[in-house]
Amino acid sequence: MCGATEGGLSLNGINTDIEAIVQGQVTKGGEPVSTGYVRLLDRTGEFTAEVPVSATGHFRFFAGDGEWTLRTLVPGAEPVDRKVQAAVGSIAEVEIAV
Amino acid sequence: MSRENSLVSAQWVEENLDNPKVVLIEVDEDTTAYDKGHIKGAIKLDWTTDLQDQVRRDFVNKAQFEALLSERGVANDDTVVLYGGNNNWFAAYAYWYFKLYGHQDVKLLDGGRKKWELDSRELVGELPSREATSYTAQEQDLSIRAFRDETVAAIGTQNLVDVRSPDEFAGRLLAPAHLPQEQAQRAGHIPTAANVPWSKAANDDGTFRSDDELKEIYTEAGVDWSKDTIAYCRIGERSSHTWFVLKELLGQDNVKNYDGSWTEYGSLVGVPIALGDEPGEA
Repeated sequence: MCGATEGGLSLNGINTDIEAIVQGQVTKGGEPVSTGYVRLLDRTGEFTAEVPVSATGHFRFFAGDGEWTLRTLVPGAEPVDRKVQAAVGSIAEVEIAV
Repeated sequence: MSRENSLVSAQWVEENLDNPKVVLIEVDEDTTAYDKGHIKGAIKLDWTTDLQDQVRRDFVNKAQFEALLSERGVANDDTVVLYGGNNNWFAAYAYWYFKLYGHQDVKLLDGGRKKWELDSRELVGELPSREATSYTAQEQDLSIRAFRDETVAAIGTQNLVDVRSPDEFAGRLLAPAHLPQEQAQRAGHIPTAANVPWSKAANDDGTFRSDDELKEIYTEAGVDWSKDTIAYCRIGERSSHTWFVLKELLGQDNVKNYDGSWTEYGSLVGVPIALGDEPGEA
């Protein structure tokens, strides 16, 4: 749990005990991506949510227990998929290089 | 309606950036997105403050809508082009809202802000200035807005289309997964509703699929084209996207958006709720 917000998005006001958080950062060539999107697909591959990345390439979802897939949409880069396991009360950190 | 009348491409928008009778309006779930950069000349509508009554849970009334558009410099004969983030969820909601109050010429930018960004088209910080107008709205067109009682009455008789994600439909999530899940209402869906996530209607870049693909998606999901339809989601924005598909792109008659949606229905006392992936019985 420590370091969850380091350089990332604030968790102020969010009860992390009841959330299955999936978050991380998208980078390209070692630098944060400032324009792009990350989508969350459920275990069947169905779209569940999508967020724009922050100016520092960060993103966050409030998922549920189980396996999810993150997919990036970044201008000038091919989409990248990353599987992630989420669980209520924990934060899954995912770094994605495109 | 048809695709030609209700949808414009990014290219069309670029060619009309200096057309004074075309008003670009950005409407985002993230109401700060506009402030970080927007399409040149676009004005902003904040769905939380501009389009919602600040006391009751309802829309602004006709007089408030008239005052809003007059102050922002939108005229009755302007072509309004709406766009936004999140694959146009809130832009589609605003589109439906403009139709509700009878604006004649309103269109969506296909793909919205995301497609614009993925194309690396220009966004600017400069704020436009538009002269105030004297806008006149129509009374709400309730043929496109569903309320709770008619939604309950539609169980087992009309098409109910739940456009949320499968996990929300089944009751495993209470809200879209980019929002915290601390909602107070019950989870699940309206019995007999078909689950056709709004996202099935969109390509990855946020543009709409072809009419043939769209027709197939809803037919396969069990939508009976001979029946009236009510679409709903959590607060009525994603279902505006589906309402746009069914009514404006596919030209289906009698399609309503239930803007109370799950945050209302899932908090009602005594109404039936179905859990799990199946539509459930009436």
